[in-house]
Amino acid sequence: MKRSLKAAYLTAVYGFLYLPLLVLIAFSFNDSKFLVSWKGFSLRWYASLAGNSSLLDAALRSLALAASSATAATLIGALAAIALKRYRFAGRKALSASLYVVTVSPDIVMGISLLILFITLNLPLGFLTLFLSHVTFCLPFVTITILARLSGMDQSLIEAAADLGAGEYAIFRLVILPIAMPAVMAGWLLSFTLSLDDVIVSFFVTGPSFEILPLKIYSMVRLGVKPEVNALCAVMFAITLMVVGATQLLMKEKR
Amino acid sequence: METSSPPCIELERVSKSYGDLTVIHDLSLRIHDGEFLTFLGPSGCGKTTILRLLAGFERPTTGRLRIRGQDVTGEPPNRRAVNTVFQSYALFPHMTVFENAAFGLRMRRKSKEEIRVRVEEALRAVKMLSFAGRRPSQLSGGQQQRAAIARAIVNKPAALLLDEPLSALDAKLRKEVQLELKELRRKLGITFVFVTHDQEEAFSMSDRVAVINHGVIEQIDAPNVIYETPKNLFVARFVGEINVFDGVAVSQNGKVLDARVEGRPCRLNAGERRYAPGQKIKTLLRPEDIRLEKANGETPDGLFGVVADTVYKGMTIDLIIETDGGKKISATEFFNEDAPEAMFEKGERVRVDWVEDWEVVLPDDGA
Repeated sequence: MKRSLKAAYLTAVYGFLYLPLLVLIAFSFNDSKFLVSWKGFSLRWYASLAGNSSLLDAALRSLALAASSATAATLIGALAAIALKRYRFAGRKALSASLYVVTVSPDIVMGISLLILFITLNLPLGFLTLFLSHVTFCLPFVTITILARLSGMDQSLIEAAADLGAGEYAIFRLVILPIAMPAVMAGWLLSFTLSLDDVIVSFFVTGPSFEILPLKIYSMVRLGVKPEVNALCAVMFAITLMVVGATQLLMKEKR
Repeated sequence: METSSPPCIELERVSKSYGDLTVIHDLSLRIHDGEFLTFLGPSGCGKTTILRLLAGFERPTTGRLRIRGQDVTGEPPNRRAVNTVFQSYALFPHMTVFENAAFGLRMRRKSKEEIRVRVEEALRAVKMLSFAGRRPSQLSGGQQQRAAIARAIVNKPAALLLDEPLSALDAKLRKEVQLELKELRRKLGITFVFVTHDQEEAFSMSDRVAVINHGVIEQIDAPNVIYETPKNLFVARFVGEINVFDGVAVSQNGKVLDARVEGRPCRLNAGERRYAPGQKIKTLLRPEDIRLEKANGETPDGLFGVVADTVYKGMTIDLIIETDGGKKISATEFFNEDAPEAMFEKGERVRVDWVEDWEVVLPDDGA
């Protein structure tokens, strides 16, 4: 009795989490123009997706943007986390507190303020402004993730390395970085997904010349969801799964 | 025993403060080459700070610090010829035992071949060669500690600094490692500077022990000297159990001091100290130096008491005596199997005496 209750509870939780995804994937194979009725298995939406170059271009742009901004945010964030952990300098507390402010400030405020900034600076809206914005909102998440990992690190490891003759750079490269690595990768993945599905900030800071996927989908569904979008979402979900799986595997091998 | 070559480590009037708080006061000390010196003291006494000053993790507020005659006061840890074994071992978790041990040599840009030879030698010295390929997480506490020692000694430092390295081990393992450390020191001839709060550990390994309290060396001597002739009440109480009798000096003639101890006239050995008539004194006696005899009414003089409790310890018996003045004394007697009737029983009335000349007399400093 108790056991079946537990099983039911678990099923409900997982159902709630994954059923929408399963429905989406299932309907991406639906041979019907409409979302609600099932007309048999078909790959026609995948075929039509392959032919829809504007949608694919947007997807590629989004992936490139996500990869580049995640990489930049991770590089800066890792250095920031190490600096916050390792050194004492003027403004350290303020810097650390400002990280949390960015994570909780509403996207809409961020989008508008960045837009005003770019207009003031006379920057043309496009890839560059999107890149800068995405780096900005990803940065605190990376920094906090890595900082958490470094806080759990035994401080005497750094002292031990110095004691054994390591200078600042050797300590960074041989001790701090390898220990922080899982968090660095987690931070990159987090940034990648944050960037990939951001709508609100991107909406403000992009220009007509540079259309990215979330905004493209957003404009498409205003005229009703096309099954093509289902197919695209299924493909992106598969890509995400593969990336996560690959990282898990890499981490396991490292241990 | 002053030699012409400089001491291994020399501290000259070193003090260390954090803001208003001074943790080390004007400390001067020479550590000889090949010596096993232990800093012994209660937690918070500053003993670990001294070690961190030697390693270079902290800079002294004032004073100079020399290693092998060279002034290293302002040098960072990576430019000092000493290595530390940390309390937490601080092994690099992402490296194997071999890589951990090779770290210092890699930093000194030694050739691959030299690194291999020296690391293997160091791992063999601590019996860890067969674990060279393991990660620290796959080792027991004792093995991690050996790996940490190997990582330090492979660099052939002028001195090895050990910060309570045995505190995480269980009692039996700790005894074993104590003996092994002693043996290792003999083999390597490296100076060992050890920090502990455990008196037994300090005594069983060290050539000299420095008893630290509130950032000051209270006494620095060979273990037996510290135990037998403590310089003050703090040292006396910190190293082992001791009975303290209150008294007043009456008259002194050379080393012979006539005094009243616990209200009774006594003749004491005052050593080199001089006491003015009427000065308050303390007379210290280790439990094993106390002698008891059954009170039979024929000897009216002396200190009398009642056996309040007996604690059987196998080879010895600890007796708690409550004197007529209400003071609790502990005395250790060897168990006499040939004459069990000579043993004392609870409630028995006894006369308390001690082995002549084994008492330590100190001025009453109010402690």
